[in-house]
Amino acid sequence: MHAAVLVPLALMVRDALGDGLGADPVAELTHRTGDWALRLLLACLAMTPLRRLLGRPWPIRLRRLLGLYAFFYASLHLSVYVVLDLQGWWMQVLEDLVKRPFVTAGAAAFALLLPLALTSTRGWMRRLGRHWGRLHRAVYAAAALAVLHFWWGVKADVREPALYAAILALLLGFRFAAWWRAKATQAPMRGE
Amino acid sequence: MRRDERLGPRIPSSEITDESAWRRRDVLRAALALPALALAGCRERAYGDVAPLPEGVDSADGRRTTEPQTRFQDASTYNNYYEFGTTKDAPWRNAQGLRTKPWSVVVAGHAERTGTFALEDVLRLARPEERITRLRCVEAWSMVIPWLGLPLGRVLAQFRPTSRAKFVAFETLADETQMPELRNPTLDWPYREGLRIDEAMHPLALLATGMYGRDLPNQNGAPLRLIVPWKYGFKGIKAIVRIEFTEDMPATAWNRSAPDAYGFYANVNPAVDHPNWSQRSERRIAGSAAKLFAERIPTRPFNGYAAQVASLYAGMDLGRWF
Repeated sequence: MHAAVLVPLALMVRDALGDGLGADPVAELTHRTGDWALRLLLACLAMTPLRRLLGRPWPIRLRRLLGLYAFFYASLHLSVYVVLDLQGWWMQVLEDLVKRPFVTAGAAAFALLLPLALTSTRGWMRRLGRHWGRLHRAVYAAAALAVLHFWWGVKADVREPALYAAILALLLGFRFAAWWRAKATQAPMRGE
Repeated sequence: MRRDERLGPRIPSSEITDESAWRRRDVLRAALALPALALAGCRERAYGDVAPLPEGVDSADGRRTTEPQTRFQDASTYNNYYEFGTTKDAPWRNAQGLRTKPWSVVVAGHAERTGTFALEDVLRLARPEERITRLRCVEAWSMVIPWLGLPLGRVLAQFRPTSRAKFVAFETLADETQMPELRNPTLDWPYREGLRIDEAMHPLALLATGMYGRDLPNQNGAPLRLIVPWKYGFKGIKAIVRIEFTEDMPATAWNRSAPDAYGFYANVNPAVDHPNWSQRSERRIAGSAAKLFAERIPTRPFNGYAAQVASLYAGMDLGRWF
């Protein structure tokens, strides 16, 4: 599975070495790393609904891997932007954070993913107990912010970000439905 | 190298950087960049610093620069031409079937000579010239491209615009059968652009018909494309089918799409940011070696053509009229 999620990176490296990134390699790498971060994040969010649909445990085993690799590609995305794109002008990112809403959204998404990545191990699950679950609900906000970052960042064609927004809405919808059903079954017990 | 001798004066060889020399320099720079990149994080550039510009000089009239040129394969595969798709590779993939012969241009508005003209007739109205100019996209990347074309002012003068002609409006072909994206309202079709009459008459404004010693590829705006080097690239309207002399400022596609981001004048100006990114610097797409480490260079007012065009805007608040 590790091999599968690393394929996009391998392709990026191959293309980088072979002049396959086109005329503007930095722009292309920024797009690709951002795309994969978002796709893996959404895939990660799809695991819980998938487990419920299939009634099997294996999607949950993939969930952490997908989440961590989403963070990995997000880190690459940020690094490409600051190191390869801005280069000596990297101070501009500070201005971007304040002046450009789409950058603020992206930075917020990354800032939310960071503690999630750091506390993704079983050791931390034990240490945090029930707080772990609450902390990791931040992944919903991170995904929403990532979609906003994409949507606000495009020039005129919002179809791709709109597609991701639709997928996210679907995945969050699943969770909302499950939470609603859980609440509904709890209600009669409170009366006792 | 790529000069057609009958089309304008030759550049003295002392003015041209030998191609192999700048390629060698590029490779050397790239080799040195690798360790330098590791240190790059430590090197902070204050906004007041004067960062190095690419090596090269402009001729006094701005028509030719010796800055390293963009490769033809890059200039012809990295294009914004939304009629054919909104990704950079869509134009070269989808525009190959565009019929550019026969082609006619409608000239209308406040001029003595109006009507529909065959392209060949329009191209006879002035002597073609070679230009090597910078093209700065609003997306903060730039190229250096050798164009062939007719000075716009000399062509327009042949239609004898009247004193009521304060602006010149242009329109691109909008043919749904040949342009897939036209089905979507991504932009307000047909693509429209415009210039103030004095901008249109400026010697640096060009009606391009060729580049790199060959006909303009379809994805670059064949058969007729506007080049205004001191403005952002989106002003360089492609596949022109209509030229109209107007009294009022014409509507332009990107201004209609996002008026807070794209103005009518769209002069390259490092001091006026795009809402989504700073315009203080740009990625120069030129040469071939190690483009991954392509240098980010400072953006110059009027794309480095201030000496030739700044007087057109004397007294104008460029922050307001962007």
